[in-house]
Amino acid sequence: MKLARLSKKKVIQLLKTGGLRLKVGGFNVCLSSSVTEVADHLLCLYGHFDVVNNEDFIDFYTSIAPPSIVRRFFRAQINFSFDGYIPFKPLPYNQASAMFEWGLNWCIANYSHHYLVIHAAVVERNGQAFIFPGTPGSGKSTLCAALVCSGWRLLSDEMTLVSIFDGLVYPVPRPISLKNKSLEIIRNFSPDVIMGPVVDNTAKGAIGHVRPPDESVELGKNPAKPAKVVFPKYLEGSNTDLIPLSKSRSLLKVAENSFNYNILGFQGFNTAGDLINASDCYEFKYCRLEEAVALFTELAN
Amino acid sequence: MEPRQALKLNLRQWDLLIRQARSANVLARLRYLFDSEGILKQIPAQPYAHILSTQTYADRFYISLNLEVACIQEALKELNVPLVLLKGSAYFIAGNIAANGRIFSDVDILVPEDKLLEVEIALIKAGWMTNTIEPYDQKYYRQWMHEIPPLRHLKRQTSIDVHHNILPKTTRFCPDANKLLANIVKIPEKNIWVLSPEDRVLHSAAHLFHEGEFAHGFRDLSDLDLLFKEFSEQENFWVKMLQRSEDLNQQVPLYYALRYTHKILHTPIPKNVLTASEQQSPNRIYTKLMDALFLRALMPNHESCNDRWTGLARWLLFVRSHWLKMPVYLMVPHLLRKAFRRVSGKERH
Repeated sequence: MKLARLSKKKVIQLLKTGGLRLKVGGFNVCLSSSVTEVADHLLCLYGHFDVVNNEDFIDFYTSIAPPSIVRRFFRAQINFSFDGYIPFKPLPYNQASAMFEWGLNWCIANYSHHYLVIHAAVVERNGQAFIFPGTPGSGKSTLCAALVCSGWRLLSDEMTLVSIFDGLVYPVPRPISLKNKSLEIIRNFSPDVIMGPVVDNTAKGAIGHVRPPDESVELGKNPAKPAKVVFPKYLEGSNTDLIPLSKSRSLLKVAENSFNYNILGFQGFNTAGDLINASDCYEFKYCRLEEAVALFTELAN
Repeated sequence: MEPRQALKLNLRQWDLLIRQARSANVLARLRYLFDSEGILKQIPAQPYAHILSTQTYADRFYISLNLEVACIQEALKELNVPLVLLKGSAYFIAGNIAANGRIFSDVDILVPEDKLLEVEIALIKAGWMTNTIEPYDQKYYRQWMHEIPPLRHLKRQTSIDVHHNILPKTTRFCPDANKLLANIVKIPEKNIWVLSPEDRVLHSAAHLFHEGEFAHGFRDLSDLDLLFKEFSEQENFWVKMLQRSEDLNQQVPLYYALRYTHKILHTPIPKNVLTASEQQSPNRIYTKLMDALFLRALMPNHESCNDRWTGLARWLLFVRSHWLKMPVYLMVPHLLRKAFRRVSGKERH
């Protein structure tokens, strides 16, 4: 059953009692929260996600709640917790939904060592996965959002999961997180895009989330074959430049951008090596999204 | 519960098992248990993914631990001091089954008290430095504790605890460290030593039943279970064990270790050994009270294992640990000072 079939009242009630259980790609996630804004966030952005039935296994038990009753009312704050463990310092109350997204990223990055977890957006067209690794500010999420708004399948805007067994990329389609100017850029690029509420003044500036397309969510269990690894760089006023990058350099850059490369050891090296061998690798400079999307679409045809 | 029983679990029960095992820091150990029973491949895919993930992490941890021990060995090689490893790293180097799936953050070593300064200087020269800047903490460690403040390596960010005993000097039942050092065992083909099997048990027991922190209580209890199971294959182990606990003044921790491994994990311990150690219990009411506290505090640190008294039990055992650790005239000013610093925001724990 899709989350959208539930009323807001029911979602709030589930969040407050046993927790709301959602299927997110290959993971089953349970979220408890007393914060009503979290219910809005979920209904707006996760509407097409399946609710997990009660007999199923849950991978990550998460919660978003004030650290104490005082912090609910005085300088209100919230904590993210993973099954009772609190990995981060509390954040201001109004960042509850963003904190859920960050917290879930943390769970996946720390407890999924059967994947090489690359800090990269990944999208698919014609059976080919395009991987865009990048540090914050490189424009990978913006590019990812533009491609997804142009009909590409979203696998993830934040973490690319490459299986250490079959080398395929496994999806975790979730809302695409956009920051600051990117919010406006994507609204202009695709006026009918669905976005959740924007929260200002986070550690990363203003943050908003784009709802993932229903089709991408439907295909949330289907892996894709890696085809291209592209290191994007958004540069104001630049041309649209796709420059081939050597395999050795690309391998090092993938390793640098992985969350668990060092933990996987040999397996990490082999998985990253196979990924690079199977893919064409490029550096990419851009500032005009239309040109970027046209270029990659042509590359995928 | 027999490991094979796990195959009868439904997905919801697997879900709870993984959660409890992860909270207790024994998920990687669970993997060894299933592997030794040959049932790893029969585990359903979803829980298996978590077991696999933790196994990958543990495998990497062992590589780092080997490197770390080699670095410590290199740093101390010029000194005329044997490298004696304690706890997790000792189990690992000695090949004890208690090392299986045991993931921890510090390497602990034991050195003679009169060599402390030499060892500390050698480690500092090799890149370790002290974390604890606060002068009060420095003084507290050096004056009263059984270890110097933890040292952290500047580049690798790894931590080492240098001990000169296994319990604080102020503890009423503090053992004679020279007796520990007199019985150390050399690891074949390595220039590394560990405590004798009996002393490894006593250290683990003293640590668990004297300390007031139970975040890893269940894991530590499982260590004792595995050490007992492994060492009891040796001839005369139980006789030597009881004798050694008297030599080192550790009869009470051993009594608790035997009682609660047997009660909670069904560790096979001969009846006469249990009976002999029961002489340590002052009376039945006291035993009932300690059962009420330890049987709660030693459960995995997960909400599903708590009842309404768990919090109180852990708190009372925390108070007890301070009671055992230092005389009242030291404890009161120490706790007041800590409390004041916490209130004034200088300390977070």
